[in-house]
Amino acid sequence: MSDYNFAYLDEQTKRMIRRAILKGLAVPGYQVPFASREMPMPYGWGTGGVQVSAATLTPDDTLKVIDQGADDTTNAVSIRKFFEKTAGVETTEETEKASVIQTRHRIPEAELTEDQILVYQVPIPEPLRFLEPRETETRKMHALQEYGLMHVKLYEDISQHGAIATAYAYPVKVEGRYVMDPSPIPKFDNPKMEMAAIQLFGAGREQRIYAVPPYTQVVSLDFEDYPFEASKAEHACDLCGSEHSYLDEVILDDAGNRMFVCSDTDYCRSRREAGHSGRLSEEAA
Amino acid sequence: MTPLLQVKNVAKMYGARIGCTDVSFDLYPGEVMGIVGESGSGKSTLLNSLAGHLTPDRGEVIFDTRTEGPVDTVTMSEPERRMLSRTDWAFVHQHARDGLRMSVSAGGNIGERLMAVGDRHYGSIRERAADWLGRVEISESRIDDRPSAFSGGMQQRLQIARNLVTGPRLVFMDEPTGGLDVSVQARLLDLLRGLVREMGLSAIIVTHDLAVVRLLADRLMVMKDGHVVENGLTDQVLDDPQHAYTQLLVSSVLQV
Ligand SMILES: Nc1ncnc2c1ncn2[C@@H]1O[C@H](COP(=O)(O)OP(=O)(O)O)[C@@H](O)[C@H]1O
Ligand SMILES: [Mg+2]
Ligand SMILES: [Zn+2]
Repeated sequence: MSDYNFAYLDEQTKRMIRRAILKGLAVPGYQVPFASREMPMPYGWGTGGVQVSAATLTPDDTLKVIDQGADDTTNAVSIRKFFEKTAGVETTEETEKASVIQTRHRIPEAELTEDQILVYQVPIPEPLRFLEPRETETRKMHALQEYGLMHVKLYEDISQHGAIATAYAYPVKVEGRYVMDPSPIPKFDNPKMEMAAIQLFGAGREQRIYAVPPYTQVVSLDFEDYPFEASKAEHACDLCGSEHSYLDEVILDDAGNRMFVCSDTDYCRSRREAGHSGRLSEEAA
Repeated sequence: MTPLLQVKNVAKMYGARIGCTDVSFDLYPGEVMGIVGESGSGKSTLLNSLAGHLTPDRGEVIFDTRTEGPVDTVTMSEPERRMLSRTDWAFVHQHARDGLRMSVSAGGNIGERLMAVGDRHYGSIRERAADWLGRVEISESRIDDRPSAFSGGMQQRLQIARNLVTGPRLVFMDEPTGGLDVSVQARLLDLLRGLVREMGLSAIIVTHDLAVVRLLADRLMVMKDGHVVENGLTDQVLDDPQHAYTQLLVSSVLQV
């Protein structure tokens, strides 16, 4: 790191982003517009999350980056390298050791603490967008808490699939006020959003930042007769035996053999290191 | 008795052009008011000014609200007005696609207003949607179909069901039978007449079709160039028109 300002962005830009973050924390779930900067990576790579992380990191921080729960995907690796290079911060794969965690598509299984900040990469921040394309109208709907449309979406789900089929980006209401898109995390993760850590959400292309402060009420929308369920595959992890973690299904061979493994690779590894095992532990070892 | 709606000197301009002007009338509960006139006479402008879609430049539109009695809806706050639009008011557009969500099923379209006012029981929402499909003569088996698969007449009936499901106290309709085939129009008119009687609806119906007002309206306002030129009981105005323009309007219909 030498040619760049700390964490790539100039100080004025970081101050502007921090103001948006603070506003977001003051009005939980409210989408704060911000002047998103060009980042040296494509939009699909989480430029919103990267900018929020850049404005949040200090030289003393330890950064973890996950993508679908894994630390070793191309996306996670390149974002981690980006900050190693531009900010020179320590990085880690261990959830407990990280002070800032940037994520796409998951919340870590390990319970986060008051000393941590979770930064989400958000593709589409507006939960009302799919039924109301007009930005002027969705803003008004948020302002006036006209959220009936969210339930129309859930109604459609039930009428078509017999149950609420929305499995990702399942809408929530924050502190009884704003309806918010939690980004494309599985709905299994929704209950975890009532947590001790600060949660920040950055959407680069759409130029929005929003936030959930620690210990804030986050309620998943539902119907009285179709209550929200934080569902997951009905299996235990085949490697670590965990029955409470979110699982990825992995196809093993052409014969249709498959296994279920924790999507949170750090969680699975730490469980195995602590002596836990699953159905396929030997073969996989 | 307090009028449900008191319209006082409403005017709406488009720059220097008159949309409508000097319009005043009272509408009592259970009354249906027809507004007729040729194309461009200001009917839609007036209706939209009354329903809060356009802001009138002058005048008052006083609605007898459930909680606070008569309130001028022009000066009430936007949240209050929008709340009124999804509860006590309903608006039936000429083109069903302006009043429906085309990407949402028939049941979802009817259920939207229920959910907007806080209904959170899927089973009861669906039951009421099914009931309303029946009331507008659409087979319950179509409840999960999108309106894009419906004929024009069905779409219009669906739009009516979607509007009436919350039991509004005042319904605005802009050419509800316009653009439909004559036989389809007749069926829709029959249906509307039945609903108006059964529910004791108060309504303001804009149309250029005198047959529509003869069937539905208790009272009639005739508009020309943005002004009301004649106003009275429907039968009186149609059978004994006083204004030369109304006479022309009535006779042209009788010649058909
Ligand atoms: N958006 C607009 N901008 C300018 N002039 C308009 C607009 N809408 C309507 N007008 C004019 O206002 C007058 C009344 O129109 P409108 O209310 O649509 O009549 P109607 O519904 O009776 O056909 C017409 O002269 C029309 O050209
Ligand atoms: Mg018109
Ligand atoms: Zn595991």
